[in-house]
Order: sequence, then structure tokens, then C-alpha cells
Amino acid sequence: MPSTITHPPAPPAGGRVGGLAIALRDVAHTFTDRRGSPVPALAGVSLQARHGEVLALVGPSGCGKTTLLELICGLQAPQRGAIECEPAVLMPQRDLLLAWLSAVDNAALALRIAHVPRVRARNRAAALFAQLGLDGFEHSHPAELSGGMRQRVAFARTLLSGKPVLCLDEPFGALDAITRAEMQDWLASALASEPRTVVLVTHDVEEAIVLADRVLVLSPRPGRVVGELAVSAPRPRARTDGAVVALRERALELLARARCNTTGPA
Amino acid sequence: MSEPRLQSTHAGAPQSSAAARIGRRRRRAARSLLAPLALLAILLGAWELYADAGTASSFVLPAPHEVASSLWNNAGFIAGNLVPTAEEVVLGIALALVLGFALAVLIHFSDTLRRAVYPLAVGSQALPIAVIAPLLVFWWGFGMLPKLAVIVLICFFPVLVTTVDGLGRIERDQLKLLRTLDASRWQAFRFAELPAALPAAISGARIALAVGVIGAYIAESQTITSGAHAGLGHEINADLAVLQTPRAYAAALVLFALAIACFYALTLAERALAPWAAQPGGETP
Repeated sequence: MPSTITHPPAPPAGGRVGGLAIALRDVAHTFTDRRGSPVPALAGVSLQARHGEVLALVGPSGCGKTTLLELICGLQAPQRGAIECEPAVLMPQRDLLLAWLSAVDNAALALRIAHVPRVRARNRAAALFAQLGLDGFEHSHPAELSGGMRQRVAFARTLLSGKPVLCLDEPFGALDAITRAEMQDWLASALASEPRTVVLVTHDVEEAIVLADRVLVLSPRPGRVVGELAVSAPRPRARTDGAVVALRERALELLARARCNTTGPA
Repeated sequence: MSEPRLQSTHAGAPQSSAAARIGRRRRRAARSLLAPLALLAILLGAWELYADAGTASSFVLPAPHEVASSLWNNAGFIAGNLVPTAEEVVLGIALALVLGFALAVLIHFSDTLRRAVYPLAVGSQALPIAVIAPLLVFWWGFGMLPKLAVIVLICFFPVLVTTVDGLGRIERDQLKLLRTLDASRWQAFRFAELPAALPAAISGARIALAVGVIGAYIAESQTITSGAHAGLGHEINADLAVLQTPRAYAAALVLFALAIACFYALTLAERALAPWAAQPGGETP
């Protein structure tokens, strides 16, 4: 089957919710590992996301989640299936801030790449800093910031790319538990004030349910969608809310079943 | 049993704090100079004792006091010879840095060039200068140009190797991220690869500087020079030939100091160029 990536025209300004931002149909992908042997990463993944929807993907480590994000961001072309997606930007697990740039210059990187003059790019990034609770740290270098702050700078960089779809690859995976909980609350409020289509990859089921509109459960490699949970609980959601706890139990059940199904007969 | 502690008396009157700070800074500077000066004194002392014992004649190993008096008596002559040598070193190293860096960037961008140029660059380091020196003189005469060519040949290599490695060391994830931010190949180079490679390139430049001075000596030894002040390398060879060993040692001492001065000048430049790479508490000149 031929593989296609098409970019539909950007939605009308105003970021209204509705209409599809991402559509994957039966996408399969195999990569070659360092020793040259093929590793099937995805086996027929189909998924869709509406404009402004926060979609979480949970699954065991090595279920092809990162490959899926790279396909959505157009870093690779799928070997099978079709992807229709608005321009997407990647926020990797590690912040990957550039050590030689100040926080504000790191955040403004996408603008500088788009040939926005330095001063204007800095001003636009600095305006976002207050909103992200980073004011006063504009001129600090990454080495002087805490892990949570670096991740917020990375998020500012992601937002300022201006792309309608954000792909977050375990954005808080490298943080300690307390900082992670803070950052989840912070991301929830940031998305409430600045709605975007988000694909959030995480292995933390709770994080997925607190943040997402919909949670897709992936099987171990090669990854397939084995379950879907709609999260209709009102925001802001606490980890201890009854609805959140119940959904978490269901998601964990789905994950356990997915693991048995693939590892059992093989 | 606890040792008796010195009781620090309270001198903390506010008007003395600025003076105290300057005093502290002076003391710290003095302390950082203490170790190198002490080592130098020990080495000079051992040298003096060994030379005075008379096992080796003064033609073979002059004593430090003989070298010092020769340096003092021939200060004008040695300074006159330092000028062309220092010019060769500074210009030659500058050219070598430019060439090494430019080649590294070309090799980084083109695999074909890497395969073609890299082996030749490695081989060039095994080339005995004496073999090509006559050709260099034939092309460029008795002036500075053939000497610069020799210094460049010796010094471009460390810059090339360290810069190629530095440019290739950027993480793949970093490049992927830049691609999703729509960076072109050139922008990925300018925003990420180049600054990431700068510390490695500067390390290469440090090595180049350290060998640049001996490169100037080789260049002067292997080529012909016209004029009264032919350079320190030329002078050393001439002095050794007529058993003016103390003056040859005095000139060698000046080369020694020149290499150290160049090295620390670059350390200062590094702090300005790539402050993110300078380790806290690193070398202080």
C-alpha cells in the first residue's frame, strides 16, 4: 500500500475546536536497529484527533510511541498506511535546550529559524515567560535552571513554533514525582488558556487521564491501539477524583490484557 | 585531642571591606602563582646544582646563571630575532586555524570530501619537512611565506580533527528537534552544530598553539632566510654551530615563554568565545 503524508490547509484562524487535525489509517512501520535487524515498531495503527483535542497515548516501554510521534511530525515517512496531519512540532522527553543560548533565546529558537529579527523574537518569547511562570529567568542559561523550569522553557519553544499540533514525548518523564505533579497541573492550565491539538505520549496512566480528552492504550511492540477511554470528567481534575481513579483502573486493566495477548502465544 | 584554633579577630568594620576584598583577591592571585613559581624554582635549582657539579661541560649544558647573563647581555639581539619568529607563529597559527576549521566544516558537510581529504590530511603529518622545504623556498623565496607554509602544515591537523569530531558529536535527537522546528541544514549548523563544536575546536587550537612554536623552529631550520634578524630558530642553530650554547639556551627560553603566553592568551579568548565550555576553576594564567 502506498504511504502518503498530506498536510491539509491550516484551519481558519481562531483555533476553533472541531474537524480533524490528525488522521492515521493503518500505519505500520519497521525500523532497523543498530545491529541491522528489523524491529517492527507499529503494526497497523489507526487514530484520529480533532482540533483542540488532547489525545494521550499510553503503553509499555518500547511500544513504538516515539516512532508514532516521529511519523506524525513528518520526521519519517510511514512504510504502510496513510497519515494526514496538520504541521506538528515535537517536544522530546529531554528538554534539549541549547547550552549556549539564554532561556529566552532557546524559547525563541523557532522564531529565529523563521527569520524573525532577534529583538522581536526575544520580545515575543519574553511575553510568554510571564505566562509560564518563568519571569525573571529570561537571561539565565539552561544550566542555571531547575529541571521543571527547563521543561517549561522547552514548552515555550514548542508553543512559539506556531504549529497547530504539539507532540509531547513523555514531557515529564525525567522529573521527580513532586515536580512532575506540579508540571502536570501547570500544563493543564497552560492548555486551558492556549488550546492546541496535543498528542501526549506517556507511560504514566494517571498523567494521561488528568490531562487528556481521550486516552488510547497501545500494545507492546509492534504497537497497535488495543483500547480507548474517553475522559469526560470536568477540569481541573485531581488525581484523587473518583472518576479519575476509576478510569485509571480500567486503563491498567487494558494494559495488562494487551501484554498477555501479545506475550502469551508468542 | 583537638588542635588549638586560631581565633579570628573581628576586623569587619564596613569601611575596610573594599580594601579587604582587594587584599583577598591579591592573596588568591599570589596563591595561584605560588605552585608554578615554586616548581620553576625547584627545577632551576636542580639544573644549577647539576651544571655546577661539572659533569657536563658548559658547551653541553650551561648553568642557569650563564643562560640568564647571556639573555641579559644579548637582550637586544634576541629581541630582534623574536620579532620575526613571533610574527611567524601568530600568523602561521591563525592561518592554520582558519584552514583546519574550514576543512573540518567541508568534511562535515560532504562525505565524499571526507573520504577524499581525511586520509591525505593524516598522511601530511608524516611528511618530513626537509623533503618539501626546497620546493617551498623555490616557490616563495627567502621571506616569511615558506615558513608560514610549514607552520600551517604542522598546526592545521589538530584543529581539523577536533573540529570534525566536535561537529559530529551533536545528538541526533537535537537535530530531529530542529527539523520539527523547520530548521534548514544550514540553520541546524549555525544554531546547534557550530556552537556545540566550538569547545572541541578550541581544544584543537590549544594543541596547535603549543606545537606552533616548535613548528616555527622547524620552519626556520629547514628554509633559508635573508636579513640580520632571521628568527630565534635560525639563531639557535647558528649559536649551537659555534658553541655559543648559553645564547642558544637563552633563545630557547624565550621560545618556551612564547608558547606559554600563546596558550594562555587562547584560554582568555575561549572564555569570551565559548563561556559555556569553560570549566569553573579551570586554568588561570
